[in-house]
Amino acid sequence: MATLGSAPTSVDASLPTAIPVASVTSAPRHALLVRVTHWIFTLSFFALLATGTEILISHPRFYWGETGNVLTRALFQIPIPSSRTLVQTGYGYVLPDQNGWSRALHFQAGWVAVLTGLLYALYGLFAGHFRKHLLPTKADVSWRSLSSAIASHLRFARPTAAEAHSYNVLQRLAYLFVIFVLVPLVIWTGLAMSLAFASAFPWSVALLGGHQSARTLHFFASIALVLFLLVHLVMIFLAGFRNRTRTMITGSVSRTKELP
Amino acid sequence: MTQLSRRKLIVTGLAATAGITGLGVAAHLADQYGLIPPDHGGLYGPGESLTYATQRLLTRHSLAREFSRSQMSKPLPNEMPPLSDEFKRFAAAGFTDWRLSVEGLVDRPASFSVAQIKSYPSRTHITEIACEEGWSYIAEWIGTPLSHVLNLAGVRPHARYVVYYSIDPEWWESMDMADALHPQTLLAYGMNGEELPVGFGGPLRMRLPRQLGYKNVKFINRLVITDNLKRFGKGLGSAAPEAGYAWYAGI
Repeated sequence: MATLGSAPTSVDASLPTAIPVASVTSAPRHALLVRVTHWIFTLSFFALLATGTEILISHPRFYWGETGNVLTRALFQIPIPSSRTLVQTGYGYVLPDQNGWSRALHFQAGWVAVLTGLLYALYGLFAGHFRKHLLPTKADVSWRSLSSAIASHLRFARPTAAEAHSYNVLQRLAYLFVIFVLVPLVIWTGLAMSLAFASAFPWSVALLGGHQSARTLHFFASIALVLFLLVHLVMIFLAGFRNRTRTMITGSVSRTKELP
Repeated sequence: MTQLSRRKLIVTGLAATAGITGLGVAAHLADQYGLIPPDHGGLYGPGESLTYATQRLLTRHSLAREFSRSQMSKPLPNEMPPLSDEFKRFAAAGFTDWRLSVEGLVDRPASFSVAQIKSYPSRTHITEIACEEGWSYIAEWIGTPLSHVLNLAGVRPHARYVVYYSIDPEWWESMDMADALHPQTLLAYGMNGEELPVGFGGPLRMRLPRQLGYKNVKFINRLVITDNLKRFGKGLGSAAPEAGYAWYAGI
């Protein structure tokens, strides 16, 4: 049972280069709870992305403020065909309407993502995961270390062996931004579109600038999450797709060389 | 096992226990207070049930956001083309013989003319109507609170839902008593200071500002009060779930 919820406690994250490799192999690189929630969240994210895109197709126009419809000026329109006849898209055909099941799956996957995320957040707070593995270390918080991290990323340098056992500063900042800014924002903007939710929490819509602003921000927050996912995948490929993916499944770092 | 990992084990165990207990308590509450929607079966039933139960607990008495006159939309989209010949005959007669019947679990089944409904106390609200597609508009709605008409008919205490029908046979919906007795739920006959145009649901439209457009059925002529939605249509609560859409449209 040593694997359940145990982070690599022997690793001092502030000294990533000084890790004796032998000590790391005894504790998992990623705690069981982190791995399980990561993959459940991944699945629900893909469901949300696919169904969200489908819902968007029924009205590929975006607005700012409280209201917006085919008779008002759009902030922008995505140049794709629509699944409804109401929107003039310039295409000579209308796609089949899939909104019914798309909405149902969107909200169901949303529930799974939110509940999984809450479990992860509680674990992150109380088991020290955020503090130990995601909060930048004292050594990280300097212009010199930040600029050297950015420079090595810009050179697409292969990660050092130590980086298989600990996150670098840019990784930490990106994960913190996703966990504490983008995901809460996408949940908030999604809920703000609900008429019933807005009746109980009217400030949640007012703060965003209105119902249609919430919808537009929901779209941009989703785009930002997709961009994060793309960068995340590119980084995993650069670091060694098989090794990194295996580590996120089994928890253990492969002893083979950290190159693809 | 080190002390630290034991603490983590306890934390994880407590979190899992709290989660499972929370679900258990939620299921029990849902059972007791009727928080399970009629379309709770099937693949997406868990999500629908969680959404409905949560929103019912949070929004039973909350009021839909109301807006100022300056925020009203102009022009208004989604006007509906005229309906069947039967409807056109009603329209040609100025809807003088249009009736709204109230049946089911009531002490005094009744049928109301539009003029009668207009003679009852009215309520006006400037609220947003939003479509499940994503667009929305704000208009002023004038009508009689549904609760007033339900009180006239004498709804029995064990009633749980109001089923409402359009003259369009394809379009019928239902709502729970929380929405039926909600002060903003109107039998709307006016819009933006005028008669409710036929294109927007005149002579009578069900207006629930806390649910999406498709629950706001146009041209209504019949209400049935019931304690069980199984007997209506395919038993999923309304026409929307039969077409793949959620019965509860608060989100």
